[in-house]
Amino acid sequence: MNALTTMMLLPLIGSILVAVIPSDQVLRIKQAALGTTLLVAISGILAWVKFDSSNTALQFVESAKWIPSFGINYAVGVDGLAIVLILMSVLLAPIVVLAGWNESEGGRWSPKVFYILILVLETMMIGVFAATDVFLFYVFFEAMLIPVYFLIGGFGTGERAAAAVKFLLYSLFGGLLMLASIIGLYVISGANGGHTFDITRLSELHMHMSSMTQNLLFLGFFIAFAIKAPLWPLHTWLPDAAAASTPGTSVLLLGVLDKVGTFGMIRFCLALFPDASKTFTPLIIVLAVISIIYGAFLAIGARDIKRLIAYTSISHFGFITLGIFAMTSQGMSGATLYMFNHGFSTAALFLVAGWMQSRRGSSTIADFGGLQRVTPVMAWTFFIAGMSSLALPGLSSFVSEFLVLVGTYTRYPVAAVIATFGIVLAALYILIPVQKALHGPTTPGNENLSDLNLREKIAIAPVIAIIVALGFYPSPLLNVINPASAHVLEVQGFTDPVPSESAGK
Amino acid sequence: MDFTAPVLNYALLAPILIVLGGALLGVLIEAFAPRASRHNSQLFVTVASLVIALSALLRVRKQVSVSAAMGSITFDGAGVLFQASILVIAILSVFLIADQENFTALPAAVPGSDEERHSLQTDMRVTEVYPLTLFAVAGMLLFPLSSDLITLFVALEMLSLPLYLMAGLSRRRRLLSQEAALKYFLLGAFSSAFFLFGVAYLYGYSGSITFSGIQASIVGGSGNDVFLLLGIAFISVGLLFKVGAVPFHAWSPDVYQGAPTAITGFMAAATKVAAFGAILRIFYVAFANAEWQWRPALILISIVTMVFGSVVAISQRDVKRMLAYSSIAHAGFLLAGVIALSKAGLEASIFYLFAYGIATVGAFGIVTLVRDSAGEVTDLNRWSGLGKRSPVIASAFAFFLLAFAGIPLTSGFIGKFSIFSAAYESGSTAVLIAGVLSSAIAAFFYIRVIVLMFFKDPAEDGTSVLIPSGLTKTTIAITSVITLVLGVYPAPLINFIASSAFFIR
Repeated sequence: MNALTTMMLLPLIGSILVAVIPSDQVLRIKQAALGTTLLVAISGILAWVKFDSSNTALQFVESAKWIPSFGINYAVGVDGLAIVLILMSVLLAPIVVLAGWNESEGGRWSPKVFYILILVLETMMIGVFAATDVFLFYVFFEAMLIPVYFLIGGFGTGERAAAAVKFLLYSLFGGLLMLASIIGLYVISGANGGHTFDITRLSELHMHMSSMTQNLLFLGFFIAFAIKAPLWPLHTWLPDAAAASTPGTSVLLLGVLDKVGTFGMIRFCLALFPDASKTFTPLIIVLAVISIIYGAFLAIGARDIKRLIAYTSISHFGFITLGIFAMTSQGMSGATLYMFNHGFSTAALFLVAGWMQSRRGSSTIADFGGLQRVTPVMAWTFFIAGMSSLALPGLSSFVSEFLVLVGTYTRYPVAAVIATFGIVLAALYILIPVQKALHGPTTPGNENLSDLNLREKIAIAPVIAIIVALGFYPSPLLNVINPASAHVLEVQGFTDPVPSESAGK
Repeated sequence: MDFTAPVLNYALLAPILIVLGGALLGVLIEAFAPRASRHNSQLFVTVASLVIALSALLRVRKQVSVSAAMGSITFDGAGVLFQASILVIAILSVFLIADQENFTALPAAVPGSDEERHSLQTDMRVTEVYPLTLFAVAGMLLFPLSSDLITLFVALEMLSLPLYLMAGLSRRRRLLSQEAALKYFLLGAFSSAFFLFGVAYLYGYSGSITFSGIQASIVGGSGNDVFLLLGIAFISVGLLFKVGAVPFHAWSPDVYQGAPTAITGFMAAATKVAAFGAILRIFYVAFANAEWQWRPALILISIVTMVFGSVVAISQRDVKRMLAYSSIAHAGFLLAGVIALSKAGLEASIFYLFAYGIATVGAFGIVTLVRDSAGEVTDLNRWSGLGKRSPVIASAFAFFLLAFAGIPLTSGFIGKFSIFSAAYESGSTAVLIAGVLSSAIAAFFYIRVIVLMFFKDPAEDGTSVLIPSGLTKTTIAITSVITLVLGVYPAPLINFIASSAFFIR
């Protein structure tokens, strides 16, 4: 059976398994969920090993007719970019389940519902990266909102209902704009060789569109992805959603779901509408730079640790978008690697922040202090995660951020220079909470906080390991990403600018 | 004087005749059967005649004839699909009607009179709602098959008159119910007058009352165009009234609210199929060649209807009124299928009608279950926390709402996609954009209800969900399953519709 389809079916089977376990056997339910996600992670690693990085064509391809009269297929396949993101998703899922072992309790509904939603969501996360049929992609893109909506609204804290609704409405609005564009593509494909949603055939359609049509269709896709990613000024749902979710949901939301936005920009915006992408690039570069700086300033001012992480993500997504729309091979590779790294450094931050919150009963940064003395392991984990977030050399994010800036500089030097200030600000927004929460005198009330237990250590260890290992040795990933991102650019006729000095001599 | 016996094709007319026969049998039962056995025998006769009619219809589904009743009734593939949808919806609705708790015992009694109280206390029920339903169904079956204006008018009255009565049968809030019936009747009579006026103009224009005769005159172009325009306009008023399109929608919120909920469901679902069937036939067959005259107006009505319905629904506090405005918005979406004026548009409309009708019956079926000691609770504020008390029913309702909102993996999404793509394919970009935007607005109030049910704490006022009777349970289960299956794997139905969706002249 096809590796991707298997990976999508496993969590679905797992969710049925969880559904039939009686609600009072909570431990069994958790074990079933963890077992399923581990199994998916293993099959994800196997697929990764089997993936042939020298081959730029789609791999693990499978196609079956779904709604033939509309030309809709169940079609999956991955290139180097998609497999990296799928790998990230399936690795994060068991970590989230293990790390949030107790966060499913105390929600509106029983833990059973929580794990069913997580598992169904995992199926859709894999599907959304694997789909090579635009309609199938859209179905996953929209349908995955529903489990997240219930995860935030049912198991979150604080203003969870409002945050869930805000998230859903923003996303639905973007999704419907994208639907209009998809219908446009469908109709144009019908007039040029028959209705289809096949991404390869659709990517040839832009030759048959007027530039006006192409721009409009591009915007439909781009706004949806910019809401997802999220890009300034469409970001306002994210801090609320992240603050109200459980840490595990936040990890999936920022780590995986938001990547669908940036992934979609590469997969759909660039591939389907190359001319419109060029037209809008200046605007998007500006938005990306604003996101980098604006997100960083908001993060510096944040009092709540979960909001802080959400704001840093806005800044990071600015970097990713910048790397994509620089349209250079380094920028593209850097952006893809950034997506992977951001998944893990954000996961580490959110999970540790969640543990801090559940121990202290507060997520306000000012309530912490002296954690270094009281809970050294937790403090060090947070420190490493923070250093990864500010892209300290030697940790994984540094490589990707460097690549993005280099890739941008060759084409948009001014944008790259401004974006570099984002790194300086990053040092501020990470070091301030590190100093306040970890160092200094122990804030009253924190004396008896317990350090990480064994389960939590096991959950966070692989995340830290990946952050450190990829910082020193990113080539296993880059070897897969580089050919794929070069291919993406090459297919639509984008070329790297030739360095002017060496060309002159 | 010579008298020629009319030539009727009884096999093709069988569905209508069987339903009429069942209705007459019902009248006899009402008159002669002992009171104790009346309800059960009425229910049996009603369901049996609908089922037999459906099987009789399926037996002749491949046949095509313009002379089923001397040119007044055209039997073709599209007609079969409309009739089958109406019969399926009617059977499911009768299951809801069978729960007599919501119907007054003696409709003829003056509200608040001793007679009424006595009839309720002793449960001296009359059950004329069953034959009335069958009469209405017979009219609905005839409506989309009519191929001359007189038959069309007769069918219109035949389906309307029983519905006027049925709207007044509610047990609680009798005055509101009777007001609804009266309002419906008066406005309906008014729109019938418009319709007849239009018939006269069209006859004046073409010298013919048959659709094919009118079409021939339009092609010939010899008549007076003013008469044609006035004729189309007035006939459209009559037909658009039935589907509740703006500005002819004013009756629907009041009638939806006042009528017994089971009847509202039946009316909302089945009437829409019948009326849109007739609209599609007359516009596709008789007026197709005058598209430049009516299309701009219909595009305007469609856009205004969808936007108005979606916007006004936001402020509704009563679940039945909210569903009424939502059905207005859906009438706007359905008009997009008429505007498309293509085979794709016809197929999409038929799919949409069926999917929407099924989900509507299911949704109203659930509304009948939410009650307190004084009857149904339709105030949305009192629905809060429903998900806590009866998760299954609340989930089913949420699922129907998501289907109305057109979220992927529900039938509503496939319907929305196909109808908008058909409209766009025929060049109506404005309809596509308005449709997508009003879907986004509509999503807001559907989701608000989900928030109320799941994310708010239960109100302590005795609102509870009744344990559904077997028949109501059947309806809700069947409608949910159909809504899901049509969302996940609609290909068989779409293929079936594609193979037989055609009009003959």
